Amino acid sequence: MKVVVLSGKGGAGKTTVATNLAWVLSLQYKVFLIDADVEEPNVHLFLPVNYSFEEKVHIPKPRVNNDVCVKCGKCSEICQFGAINVFKNGVMIFKSLCHGCGACALICPVNAIEEIPEDMGIVKRGDARCGSLKVGMGYLNVGEPSGVVLIKQLKKWMSDEDDVVILDAPPGTSCPVVETLRNTDFALIVAENSPFGLHDLKMVLEMVDEMNIKRGLILNKHTDTYEGVEKYAVDNGIPILMRIPFDMEIASLYSRGILFASRYPQWKAEFERMFSTLGEMTGWSSR
Amino acid sequence: MVIQIAIVSGKGGTGKTTLSGALAELFENVVIADCDVDAPNLHLLLKPSVIEEYEYHGGKKAHVTPEKCDGCTICVQHCRFDAISLVNEKAEIDEYACEGCGVCELVCPKDAIALHETLSGMFFVSKTHVGPMVHARLKPGEENSGKLVAEVRKKALDIAEKEKYPVVLIDGAPGIGCPAISTVTGVTYALVVTEPTNSGIHDLMRIVEMLRHLRRDFGVVVNRSTLDLSNTTKIHEYCRSEDVEMIGEIPHDPLVMRATEEGKSVMIYKESAAAEAIKKIHRMLMKKFNLD
Repeated sequence: MKVVVLSGKGGAGKTTVATNLAWVLSLQYKVFLIDADVEEPNVHLFLPVNYSFEEKVHIPKPRVNNDVCVKCGKCSEICQFGAINVFKNGVMIFKSLCHGCGACALICPVNAIEEIPEDMGIVKRGDARCGSLKVGMGYLNVGEPSGVVLIKQLKKWMSDEDDVVILDAPPGTSCPVVETLRNTDFALIVAENSPFGLHDLKMVLEMVDEMNIKRGLILNKHTDTYEGVEKYAVDNGIPILMRIPFDMEIASLYSRGILFASRYPQWKAEFERMFSTLGEMTGWSSR
Repeated sequence: MVIQIAIVSGKGGTGKTTLSGALAELFENVVIADCDVDAPNLHLLLKPSVIEEYEYHGGKKAHVTPEKCDGCTICVQHCRFDAISLVNEKAEIDEYACEGCGVCELVCPKDAIALHETLSGMFFVSKTHVGPMVHARLKPGEENSGKLVAEVRKKALDIAEKEKYPVVLIDGAPGIGCPAISTVTGVTYALVVTEPTNSGIHDLMRIVEMLRHLRRDFGVVVNRSTLDLSNTTKIHEYCRSEDVEMIGEIPHDPLVMRATEEGKSVMIYKESAAAEAIKKIHRMLMKKFNLD
């Protein structure tokens, strides 16, 4: 089963849920935890990993041979991203706008464009120093606009050997989140208990429902003073799978990179219970 | 020249919007830009009333005319985004994966694919009790959020220049990718909000690297600084050793949460510890940019 932990809003508790859930399940199943936030990965701060494999991820970017180029301007016309411009004296490439699609090289009538693979980041994987837990993570190079290619690479490492794959999504609702969600079984939405959390929950639901993925909700930093998120979930038939209170102990463990489920048996049991509900909702059973 | 101040953070949820909302109350004569177009929240505090509305067309998507498609798969082979598959002998586009590059249109021998413009979101010019506000909403799952951020900022700057506002205050998106880059490109100053957690420190270092890469002037604010004093000390040490300007600390204050739940800025609790700390940050910014 492939479960994506996502939230829309940053700081809602995605990484807390993903790491605690992964650790609890790894005592029973083969778990692969993917940190899909390649801009600001944090999973490794909670689960130390012995990395066994690392690779650079490349994106092909155009290079123009000015001796061959006839300055016809076709590359600039075809580029949908404004990444290539033809001037009298030569061709200028704005690498940060380039998606590496190859249209310019394809259309060039004199083969003046060569595509050179460029580093955009790294991905690596290894075993966490506990349970049967494999972890994958990536670092997008600073200055690169999009981590989608890295996320795709991380997802290629999923295999039938894994009983459960947990993907810790980046915040927001745009392309990297969609890439994380593609071809997965369940969206575990973490909502912060606040008006901000409610607003961003609605945006996430719109996306998840359009992608036709089953979903459930975890209420985090739960207090009795604000009921907006809970009421919205009940009114719209969104199952609430777990409530994590606003608790200084939990916050303090988080700030030091400690899994709270590893300290409190009742929370370990709570994550197990949630996962069995999730299994019932998706019709999943372990082999 | 208009002073553009961007509130950013690598990690999400550190308090960008809380700080932006509070500073918006303190600056007189300010234009507000909410550049977290993926998950905008500032409107929940400032309650803007929309004056102008614009459609945002971020990019195009490929469309197949099935009658013309003969299932040759040339497009499938050329698409670098795994966005095309063959379903019942016809090319089918996965709209979420399609980046709208047009390679499929270029290689299709049957002229069966064309790029169509899509509506990717909206952006708005609004009125608030503190000043004009430009904000946006990207449709969930859309690309090019960086381009929409640029549109929002351009509009905000236009208003500031035309109507003689000295400051544009920008609430940014988390991360270090396209919306974050677009938020800080060309700004006068970036205020990085972090929190005293291991994650907060890790992500602070990444965004500092990004801001240096883009050669921006910036400083750091530690939010909820009293939650973990040893991590707060670590942030101070990091800033000192890296020669990063420390602008201030905002202590943990339950009134921030209460104000947010009420849909208001923490500045309504004038005497609160958080409000006092934010006033100090505001004074520092005023002095720094000779706005007095």
